[in-house]
Amino acid sequence: MKEKLIEFNNVSFAYEADEEAPSEKKEALSGVSLDIFKGEFLAVLGHNGSGKSTLAKLCNAIFEPTQGTVSVKGIIPDTEEKADEVRRTVGMVFQNPDNQIVATIVEDDVAFGPENLGIEPKEIRRRVDEALKAVNMYDLRHREPHKLSGGQKQRVAIAGVIAMQTECIIFDEPTAMLDPKGREEVMQTIIRLNKELGITIVLITHFMDEAVQADRIAVMNKGRIIMQGTPREVFSQEEKLSECGLDLPQSTELCRRLGIKDTVLNVRECVEKITSMLGGAV
Amino acid sequence: MTGEITFGQYFSGSSVLHRADPRVKLITSFWLIVVIFVCRNFFSLGVVALSALISALVSRVPAKMILKSLKPIVIILIFTAVLNIFYSKGGETYFEWWKICITEKGVNTAIFTMIRIISLVVISSILTYTTTPTALTDGLERVLSPLKVFKIKVHTLAMMMTLALRFIPTLIREIERIMNAQKARGADLETGGIVQRAKALVPIFIPLMVSSFRRAYELALAMTCRCYTGGEGRTRMKQMKISFRDIMLILYCAAATAGIIILNIFFGAVI
Repeated sequence: MKEKLIEFNNVSFAYEADEEAPSEKKEALSGVSLDIFKGEFLAVLGHNGSGKSTLAKLCNAIFEPTQGTVSVKGIIPDTEEKADEVRRTVGMVFQNPDNQIVATIVEDDVAFGPENLGIEPKEIRRRVDEALKAVNMYDLRHREPHKLSGGQKQRVAIAGVIAMQTECIIFDEPTAMLDPKGREEVMQTIIRLNKELGITIVLITHFMDEAVQADRIAVMNKGRIIMQGTPREVFSQEEKLSECGLDLPQSTELCRRLGIKDTVLNVRECVEKITSMLGGAV
Repeated sequence: MTGEITFGQYFSGSSVLHRADPRVKLITSFWLIVVIFVCRNFFSLGVVALSALISALVSRVPAKMILKSLKPIVIILIFTAVLNIFYSKGGETYFEWWKICITEKGVNTAIFTMIRIISLVVISSILTYTTTPTALTDGLERVLSPLKVFKIKVHTLAMMMTLALRFIPTLIREIERIMNAQKARGADLETGGIVQRAKALVPIFIPLMVSSFRRAYELALAMTCRCYTGGEGRTRMKQMKISFRDIMLILYCAAATAGIIILNIFFGAVI
């Protein structure tokens, strides 16, 4: 049995009620139970307002559940000290790269997290260099963040979390504000972190083509998890997905329309299927 | 517009002054500026002026840049010179007509004050030309850290300065974006009188304020996620080390101060 890293136990969460309309207390999550295992790459898929961002913010003690418990390695962050401990285990990368970079020089920003942890200067230097190399930003370490592209900035933010050596990184729609090139850079970095460094990844996204690359997908709708499983299991249930306003990945959609029964996940598989359908004559 | 923004007025280079410890630079600059006001005659003031000149030469910052930093104070210079010429009286009279009278003391004081102000500006601008704003805030945090005794939150202040520097280019870009958006909606920002133009800026600044608050909130979240809990228990990656050149800088300042005091005693006071 795989080791559980983060455990959601029947979690509900409601945002503070609006002063003008206190009756409209909106529940963002209702009764969510979810286990996140060590070393896995989990994608949380959902439409706007499905509660997926709330789920992310519950993982590292930014929000406290109104009901149920969220525990990280068995720790329930109910005090400030425990919340700090959780944040040492679970790091987070946000959507807007501009609003999470603190320093005026790339390497200083990557050093910010380890500095907060009170690590020895020499060790920080080593971690910063390592983290920057892991995201391919080592050559730009003396640059000013505002002169970087969106994808590069986001990679700096990722390096900042890697340097803290957290076991798990939550990505809250990290590519939503990037151009296709930046999106590709960031996705490749995320996959490499999971495969090569063994970091547990939780990717919150609404892009199907990103979710496909995960080991496991949890689909959310209206504050509930409605489906869980491997990408192949999830994307074979087209009706259930379209009920909550989600499409299929492009390759899957294409093969479905061509009448191919198997669920196809990526371009490579798609090409193979179509080739064999045409009798291998390409 | 944003591509060319450099923070502060740092002029990159690799001179001795560029490489010196920011704490030492801060202290010696402040020291020399204080000493300017100790000088009582032209000989002692000459030592300070010479120090300013030497540091300008050593820093290899082009003379043009240093003159540029003097430009904003030209009016102040002329104003103080004129005031001093007419108001300080004493010694030989050079010129007298009606109520206006220019004396030896007046001329001396005017020249003296001008050299004082120029040295002051040159010294402080060499500090900012040779030190990056980041190094400057870092140095300031460490130099001022003894103030913790008086419960002054030095770290918090330095962090605020760093964040302000970090967000200047971001906010400038944001202003451009909002201005373009408002122009696209037919806002007229370029014509009309002062009042009209000021009014036209309201729809720029309100969105800017709103988005700045949102940014601040997100930044605070991101900082919390990276375990920031204030200055307590923090370490720094970049350690500052006092090297030989820093000791030389301090020794130079000490020697200059001693020289100034001696010159003050041996020669009569001008002002």
